[in-house]
Amino acid sequence: MIELNYPFSQEAVRKLKVGDMVLITGKLFTGRDAVHKYLHEGNPSPVNLKNQIIYHCGPVVMKEKNGYKVTAAGPTTSIREEPYQWQVMRDHGIVGVIGKGGMGAKTLEACKEYGAVYFHAIGGAAQVLAEKITSVSNVYLEELGSPEAIWELNVEKFPVVVTMDSHGNSLHKDVEESSKANLKDLL
Amino acid sequence: MVKKVTKKKVAPKKVAAKKPTKKVVAKKTAKKISPDAQAIESLVEIIRVTSTIIPNDVDRAIRKARGEEVSNTSASYAMDIMCDNIELAKTKSQPLCQDTGTVIFYIYHPPGFHQTPFIKLIHKAVTQSTKLGYLRQNSVDSLTGENAGTNLGAGHPSIHFVEHEKKELVVKLMLKGGGCENVSAQYSLPETTLGAGRDLAGVRKVILDAVVKAQGKGCGPGVLGVCVGGDRADSHAHAKRQLFRKLGERSKIKELAELEVEITETCNKLGIGPMGFGGKTTILDCLIDHRNRVPASFIVSVSYMCWAFRRQGATLDTKSFKLNKWLY
Ligand code: SF4
Repeated sequence: MIELNYPFSQEAVRKLKVGDMVLITGKLFTGRDAVHKYLHEGNPSPVNLKNQIIYHCGPVVMKEKNGYKVTAAGPTTSIREEPYQWQVMRDHGIVGVIGKGGMGAKTLEACKEYGAVYFHAIGGAAQVLAEKITSVSNVYLEELGSPEAIWELNVEKFPVVVTMDSHGNSLHKDVEESSKANLKDLL
Repeated sequence: MVKKVTKKKVAPKKVAAKKPTKKVVAKKTAKKISPDAQAIESLVEIIRVTSTIIPNDVDRAIRKARGEEVSNTSASYAMDIMCDNIELAKTKSQPLCQDTGTVIFYIYHPPGFHQTPFIKLIHKAVTQSTKLGYLRQNSVDSLTGENAGTNLGAGHPSIHFVEHEKKELVVKLMLKGGGCENVSAQYSLPETTLGAGRDLAGVRKVILDAVVKAQGKGCGPGVLGVCVGGDRADSHAHAKRQLFRKLGERSKIKELAELEVEITETCNKLGIGPMGFGGKTTILDCLIDHRNRVPASFIVSVSYMCWAFRRQGATLDTKSFKLNKWLY
């Protein structure tokens, strides 16, 4: 188990390799379809994302007396952001993306070029992951609707697996190729 | 278009983990409430249980799959987190997955039952469950992208009524997540690129193709609901209805029952594994049924359900709307 602590840096994520199980402590910014489309259209980010990690997640957030509480926060399917992700890496300097299902060739290329990694969280594990969120410091673009907004989350030992690294390796590519080969034999 | 719901206080007092272990719902305090208020309370409880507690049959299948993965792999790590999540969601009475899905109701009712007033009660229960956090604000206008925050809107929730000859009311609920819905598939046979003809061998090919295409994106290990035949619309709906069957409940048609078992075994040799990390269990089960078709078409639909398999059901008294018995 590798620990990745805030502040994150390109240098630190360059050391990570496919298959590494990582516990992230620090800050994450949620961002899913609407946010990626918004940034892709050239709108300025309401918060500086340099050296930050974007989490593909539409959390369930409850308003409480002293702020917000995240009651469910698993990853959403990342591939939907494939058309936009490389650009967000290039223009905003993020060093990591957390999601599920993996991403494609464009993102893999961008990970290599701009120094970022793709972390896979366990899809559906909303409660386990919500437990690792210690507090919510802010919310941006709330007008996009609660699941689509950018939530600034503080996390402790958030469990993920590196499935795409900054050296051109992708577990998703490997599994896809081997399962297709297996299927040929089984048909 | 979202209807404003009139505010009526039906506070479903803290419904601490009530259901789980017992099949029979504990008789509640003798406080008199109107049938409408009781219906809303029962429906909210069905939504809560569906969203937060994995059905027993699925729970068993997941635990068995966990035992089969090699320890210290990312596959077993994923299965461990799933099992922890199941426990945590139940104790905290919080959604298993943050995507609380498309809310799909099937209502089986005796003859003479009035559907329209019951739809209104369902809408109120959905709104309330959203406020309570059992459902995420999960319904978006497809044209404007707007989220009214109530889970009500065009076609939401999805409600199907079926008349049956029994006296009681049966409410079944499925919360179908978006990730697994996106990897669900439909084929028109013959499918030449796959060499899939209009027979069960062809059906087998397209089902396996759907699973390979899905990889880990549907949050596997998943369960497949399959319909052979039908028109495009009914075929997919019927495939989805198979997910109301209990895991392991084999088709009564011998050929389909054999195909169900064979598909599951074959999928688990593909090496896709939990979350697509590679590993032993790619799907937990395959449930197949059929519909007639017109001679010119041969549709096969595959509905993929994620491991966070949320479906429940309960019988309700037709007059008082009190919850009688859980189905899963
Ligand atoms: S596919 Fe299922 S488990 Fe995965 S995020 Fe969607 S609803 Fe949750």
